[in-house]
Amino acid sequence: MKLSINNDIALTHIVTRKKQTFVAALGVTIGVAIYLFMNSLSSGFTNFSRDNIFQSNAHIKIYKSDELSKPLQENPKAITVIHNPQITTTSKTIINPQALLYRVKQEPYITNAVVQVDFVAFYNRGKTQIKGSGNGVNMLEYSNMFNTNKYMVAGSIQDLQGNLNGIIIGKGIAEKLSLGLGDNITVSSSYGVSKVLRIVGIFNMGNSLMDDSKSFVNISTAQQFLKENASFVTTIYANTLDADKTLGFVEKLQSLTEYRVEDWQTTNADVISGDKTRRAMMGAISLSILLVASFGIYNILSATITQKINDIAILKAMGFKGGDVIKIFVSEAFIMGIIGTVIGLCCGAILITIMSKVYMGPPVGYFPIKIEPKLFAQSFILGIFITFCAGYFPARKAANVDPVEIFRK
Amino acid sequence: MKNLEVVLSTKRLQKYFYEPIKFKVLDDVTFQSYRGEFLTLVGKSGSGKSTLLYCLSTMDTRYEGELNILGENVTGKKTDYLAEIRNHHIGFVFQFHYLLPEFTCLKNVMIPALKLGNRSYEEVEEKAYQKLEMLGLKEQALKPASKLSGGQQQRVSIARALINDPQLIMCDEPTGNLDSKNTQIVFDIFKQLSQEYNQTIIAVTHDNDFAKASDRTIELADGKIISHHKLFETSESE
Ligand SMILES: Nc1ncnc2c1ncn2[C@@H]1O[C@H](COP(=O)(O)OP(=O)(O)O)[C@@H](O)[C@H]1O
Ligand SMILES: [Mg+2]
Repeated sequence: MKLSINNDIALTHIVTRKKQTFVAALGVTIGVAIYLFMNSLSSGFTNFSRDNIFQSNAHIKIYKSDELSKPLQENPKAITVIHNPQITTTSKTIINPQALLYRVKQEPYITNAVVQVDFVAFYNRGKTQIKGSGNGVNMLEYSNMFNTNKYMVAGSIQDLQGNLNGIIIGKGIAEKLSLGLGDNITVSSSYGVSKVLRIVGIFNMGNSLMDDSKSFVNISTAQQFLKENASFVTTIYANTLDADKTLGFVEKLQSLTEYRVEDWQTTNADVISGDKTRRAMMGAISLSILLVASFGIYNILSATITQKINDIAILKAMGFKGGDVIKIFVSEAFIMGIIGTVIGLCCGAILITIMSKVYMGPPVGYFPIKIEPKLFAQSFILGIFITFCAGYFPARKAANVDPVEIFRK
Repeated sequence: MKNLEVVLSTKRLQKYFYEPIKFKVLDDVTFQSYRGEFLTLVGKSGSGKSTLLYCLSTMDTRYEGELNILGENVTGKKTDYLAEIRNHHIGFVFQFHYLLPEFTCLKNVMIPALKLGNRSYEEVEEKAYQKLEMLGLKEQALKPASKLSGGQQQRVSIARALINDPQLIMCDEPTGNLDSKNTQIVFDIFKQLSQEYNQTIIAVTHDNDFAKASDRTIELADGKIISHHKLFETSESE
């Protein structure tokens, strides 16, 4: 054995006190496993809801927002009139959408942009009626952006292209109305327009909000439902280079147009703040558990030091420095920490694997948790760091032992 | 006649304790100790022998006056530096043997040399065997330290004190816990070390026979040196 004498002593303490080592390492194991598991869970949920958001949201949307009339109209020369605030928007249209779309696409940070015409749709069959949302889109471009192609369970998106009497509906609508591919469906709008359309595709996004209400038609079909002309567009969707850096892009786009430019974080603020709260809570709870677990090392090392105070005194008499004593006891904590952390990571990985095989039912499907190397690295570093601290403080106490005081007793 | 080379000297060493009340435990202690000298410190219980020894050992630094070891004034030096001096030049033997119980006798003896780190592990091991052999413990080398008798443990701790061939060996009542047979063995070892290897032994004792047989005895009372029996010069002619 060619260990340095400090490590040799540390290792001997560890080996001759197997039970204490085991208990201390077990604490760290549990702490690290829970920390890893909870953070993986939280990250899984965040990814899940993010994926959900991007099924129907682009990074940025541009639309005409409602304008409210001012309740007070002050007029220095006449009587001031007070009246109820009212929405003064007469039309939801974006004027000259193609020019705006073209301009938006020219921005270097925009990767893709599409126009869309939204309307409230009622799907009818016999006496059954389902309310939902109709989306007039260029299906190929739309699918490029939202990967709708991936979710098609019957028919194909190509069949809608240029087919003004075609419609793609969600699986939930198809099941409720017991309709299949090639069947006809009666769709009406809140403007009293009713059309019989042929189902050319069915999608299943695994999200009941979408599958039970959403449908796609061509842009001009949607315009007819709204009794609007061919330039009527409600929304422009745009994707950017980085979904997490949309703030700057929004500012730049807003300077191009008077229409409302909104990033996905704003649109989904409720979901995102829920995510943040969950992440913060899980992070705090798991960190506390890890901290508490590290007290095991602190306690056991403190006990070792109390018990071995004579040994420490004799080592110092023989010429070991304060720094050597710190090294000895920090190494002990470190060994326990490494053992505990590595086993903890293994336990965490097993837990995550088991959990990822648990089926939660729709709309979530399988538990949205997976092994994320980044979180493993984070848990490892944190586990080692915390055990290092838990070892350092008792070790420093040991380093300050005055041998003379011990020998006098 | 040996030449009188000073290896340790003190100048007006003073020390106070403040608890429970302030009192002077060492009062104006000035003496020298020589190469190859077997020096004993005697005095009544509470006269300050141990306190003086801890000051001489560099472990206790809270004193006034001056301490020289091997020609160097060590008073006021940093604790890490003092630790190095102890590691190189001072071996310790205590009344309670203070071996590390988890280690074998051999490893206990090796520790100060491994700490010093100027020899390979194998060389240190070889040397530790030699020291144990010199103390008649070769057969016990691989036993755990806690399995030995008191006399054997004390001899292991002497072997440990010798491993780095220190110029100074300091002992606080090294025979306090030993029977007369083991006391005699320890005494003979010290005698041999000082005579054959020219090492300096400074031993606190209250065993009068032990003190009488040493080269020189310093007697303390209330922290003062009350007699310097300079037996050293005459011991050759006896
Ligand atoms: N830490 C201490 N605080 C206060 N007084 C002490 C302390 N250690 C020793 N003393 C006192 O100092 C005196 C000398 O002690 P010591 O050097 O141990 O004597 P000896 O070894 O000669 O018996 C004694 O009166 C003892 O009670
Ligand atoms: Mg004493």
